[in-house]
Amino acid sequence: MKILVPIAKVPDTTSKIAFVDNNTKFSQEGVTYIMNPTDEWYALVRAVELKEKNGGEVVVIHVGGADSEQIIRKALAIGADKAVRVDADPTDAFFVASQIAAHAKTEGYDLIIAGKETIDYNSYEVGGMVAELLDLQSVALVQKLDIEGGVATIVREIEGGTETVEVKLPLVVCAQKELAEARIPNMKGIMAARTKPLTVVPATDAPKLTTIANYVLPEKAKEVKLIDKDNVAELVRLLHEEAKVI
Amino acid sequence: MSVLSFVEVSEGKIKKASVEAAYYGSKVAEGLGTDSVALVLGEASNDELASLGAVGVKKVLHVADAKLNNFDAKAYAKAVSEAAAAASANVVVLSFNQNGKLLAPRVAVRLNAGYVPGAVALPEFNGGTAVVKKNVFSGKASANYQLATENKVIAVNPNSLSPVRGTGTATVEALSLSVEVTTTVKAVNKVTGTIPLTEAELVVSGGRGLKGPENWWMVENLATELGAATACSRAVADVDWRPHHEHVGQTGLTIRPNLYIAVGVSGAIQHLAGVNGSKVIVVINTDPEAPFFKAADYGIVGDAFEVMPKLIEEVKKLKAH
Ligand SMILES: Cc1cc2nc3c(=O)[nH]c(=O)nc-3n(C[C@H](O)[C@H](O)[C@H](O)COP(=O)(O)OP(=O)(O)OC[C@H]3O[C@@H](n4cnc5c(N)ncnc54)[C@H](O)[C@@H]3O)c2cc1C
Ligand SMILES: Nc1ncnc2c1ncn2[C@@H]1O[C@H](COP(=O)(O)O)[C@@H](O)[C@H]1O
Repeated sequence: MKILVPIAKVPDTTSKIAFVDNNTKFSQEGVTYIMNPTDEWYALVRAVELKEKNGGEVVVIHVGGADSEQIIRKALAIGADKAVRVDADPTDAFFVASQIAAHAKTEGYDLIIAGKETIDYNSYEVGGMVAELLDLQSVALVQKLDIEGGVATIVREIEGGTETVEVKLPLVVCAQKELAEARIPNMKGIMAARTKPLTVVPATDAPKLTTIANYVLPEKAKEVKLIDKDNVAELVRLLHEEAKVI
Repeated sequence: MSVLSFVEVSEGKIKKASVEAAYYGSKVAEGLGTDSVALVLGEASNDELASLGAVGVKKVLHVADAKLNNFDAKAYAKAVSEAAAAASANVVVLSFNQNGKLLAPRVAVRLNAGYVPGAVALPEFNGGTAVVKKNVFSGKASANYQLATENKVIAVNPNSLSPVRGTGTATVEALSLSVEVTTTVKAVNKVTGTIPLTEAELVVSGGRGLKGPENWWMVENLATELGAATACSRAVADVDWRPHHEHVGQTGLTIRPNLYIAVGVSGAIQHLAGVNGSKVIVVINTDPEAPFFKAADYGIVGDAFEVMPKLIEEVKKLKAH
């Protein structure tokens, strides 16, 4: 079974969120980049587990610049067999999805496991777009994934619970927490990653359909209204009359 | 021309998140001087569908095919884009809910449309360009997305706007489409009796400050009085005081209720990531320096064991009115 895992690069959660150039660009100052946690902890690990169980191959693909190679090596250390980097600036989801789809079309994968969202733009879009571009079925918010005889049995999140579905491969799924237990790369993995193939390919032509005009930071830190602990009735009054939420 | 909103029905009822999407669609249509049309897939009663008129929908296109009662991403994407063509809609609005998060980007690809995932406000049009605001960095900032494409797809964040209901009724028109469903639903497992956390408008949450699971009656009683769902910090779920599906934050659920009451939760940045989209945040904590107070609208510096029983009593009094 051939599995493709698209991995994204994001600022780590402790990064300071600031913007430059008249609030049109995210400030890189002091920002550390990491592999998108959902991709690393759930999508990639489940792909590696499925390979360990059923045999086959796990390929990671990343759309981004040369400075992403550290996270790609980490993915190889966790257990991917090969990596592809599409050398382009990943500023639009449709553009990114088109790159992933173009690669997948030539390689032919049984399964593509993306993350549900990146933690910076929270957009939940690349997985669905890749599926549509390849005309494949897709399931998102996936918490459990098993493959048996070419059929995927999946547990996905729905409002207030979960749903179990069966879908034939080939298929695109978008992973979320619970799909796997995060793995920390061990020494052997790190050593092996150094010699695993990482191919860099140029981008294929695809339009960018959205642009970000500007960013807006919250007005200012909220001013908390403190209520005396001996006057709890006042809190209830404020929530009822001022905030109108109860 | 028209604006098409995609509306989901579950157990015979239109989902709350879909009512918001339909209302959003109607407001966009109003701004553009066109009609608001809704699409419903699967079986549903005519009365339920006509009720969309209350949020400004003129016409409901109904594909009453039982095959479409369950969500199938590929079939739904085809159906929504074909309905958009049938209604000559160049703006399609969906909810950014569980199904919408996967469906909307697929529809956008089919329509060659620019797409905004998780809009929190109505678009501003400038000629053919729309600017739509969405949250980024887990709610720590927002961004104005610009769509210059002819077709536009917008998925609306649940709870971002409150629909204003009028008295209209929508006309219902049958639409027939050929679709192939390849997703087989084997089981549905809904937590019953309690309000699902991601849909709840009110949430009461507890952290390690509550000292042990035996003290959760405080959180539960307040939640019961308010009709709220309960949540917890990860620290609490990690030591098994509460189940993991209740934990909110970076590694847990993201919620945006109207009211989030946090009791004995410090307000670590990873916790805030899951809740700072809440409209109103109330923090009860013994430590005036707890970081959560910086993200709160109302706060009480005090011991949960003293404050909570009083709070429960006061809410009871309010509800008795
Ligand atoms: C990668 C990563 C991901 C994480 N993801 C999450 C996540 O998704 N969600 C999450 O919640 N955490 C997450 N965490 C953990 C997070 O950093 C905090 O450790 C956690 O949120 C703390 O939980 P807490 O506030 O319940 O406990 P504590 O930090 O121990 O805080 C307890 C609070 O209770 C107050 N208190 C004590 N006694 C009382 C009393 N009698 N009455 C009232 N108040 C009292 C204290 O002043 C204190 O502020 C993550 C951490 C990491 C490193
Ligand atoms: N630049 C990228 N390169 C490869 N995969 C990506 C990239 N950006 C996003 N993805 C994948 O798409 C998923 C969803 O991202 P998004 O739609 O941007 O929220 C991520 O979890 C990744 O699996």
